[in-house]
Amino acid sequence: MQYDDFHVLLADDDPDDRLFFKYAIEELKIKTVVTTVNDGVDLMNYLAEPNSKMPHVVFLDLNMPRKGGMECLKEIRSNKNFKDLSIAIYSTSGSEKDIEESFVLGANIYIKKPNDFNSLKKILAEVININWQYHTSGLNKENFVLSI
Amino acid sequence: MKLQIRYNINNVCRTLLQEKLDNLNVQSELVGLGEIEIKKNVSEQQFNELSGLLKKYEIHVLDDRISALVQKTKDAIIEMIYMDEKMPASKVSFYLSQKLNYSFGYISKLFSEVTYTSIENFIIIQKIERVKQLIIEDELSLTQIAGKLSYSSVAHLSGQFKKITGITPSAFQRIIKKRRTGNVGAAK
Repeated sequence: MQYDDFHVLLADDDPDDRLFFKYAIEELKIKTVVTTVNDGVDLMNYLAEPNSKMPHVVFLDLNMPRKGGMECLKEIRSNKNFKDLSIAIYSTSGSEKDIEESFVLGANIYIKKPNDFNSLKKILAEVININWQYHTSGLNKENFVLSI
Repeated sequence: MKLQIRYNINNVCRTLLQEKLDNLNVQSELVGLGEIEIKKNVSEQQFNELSGLLKKYEIHVLDDRISALVQKTKDAIIEMIYMDEKMPASKVSFYLSQKLNYSFGYISKLFSEVTYTSIENFIIIQKIERVKQLIIEDELSLTQIAGKLSYSSVAHLSGQFKKITGITPSAFQRIIKKRRTGNVGAAK
């Protein structure tokens, strides 16, 4: 039962947000490797590149230049190669409608961006932990939803 | 008086390991760093004794047996939740210790160390997975599902569902239906 490190990818155009995200992940108990890209176009290029290390979870900021999170979500979910990828939407909106719509489009996790670093750490710890349980216990990722 | 000493930490470790193994009458040889080859099969008791002895020095045995026991625990939990009839009403701790022949405290401690979650939490996650599956199959009502999985009421089930997934069971049902009927959504 030996697993490689857990790998997550964040697409976010805000350099500060990327940095906070990295710091928060570094403090988790489950050893997690973070890759970041600056927007949706870079993300899709990364995923298409055969030599890229495939992440277990992709975190998508919704508002990014060139290609936004929703567009990436649709593209990823229309590609069978990515069916094992969990997708987390990382959004400032917390409306029920936006949450449900993201899930309908195939997102697995909906995170309302917190305002402070401690909340971010707590949220990411929970998200990574439950993803880890899915990953290590062969749970069905298709039915995986988490709104936090 | 102060004495200056010089030591080789590697040799200290090797010597210590070898001594402990010899004391336990385990025929073994240290192979390289961090690996011990054991010539004969060791009994469960010897193994536990060895792990216990070494723990004092913060030397941890990374063993397949631990992984195996954790895996067995997971399997037993899943088996319990997926039983056709109602889930056993007896306490889970009792069920697991009976089934696996270890004290619940021991199982529980190992489980948390290896999986980063508690047995209790793992059971909840698995039960909610089962609930999702039953909702998707669409043959039982929520009340029936609650009964089948030993929830005291629908409210109890819904509360736990919401706590784990962040959404209500009915929202989950809507999402799955829309995913299936819409052209958008998860590629199969």
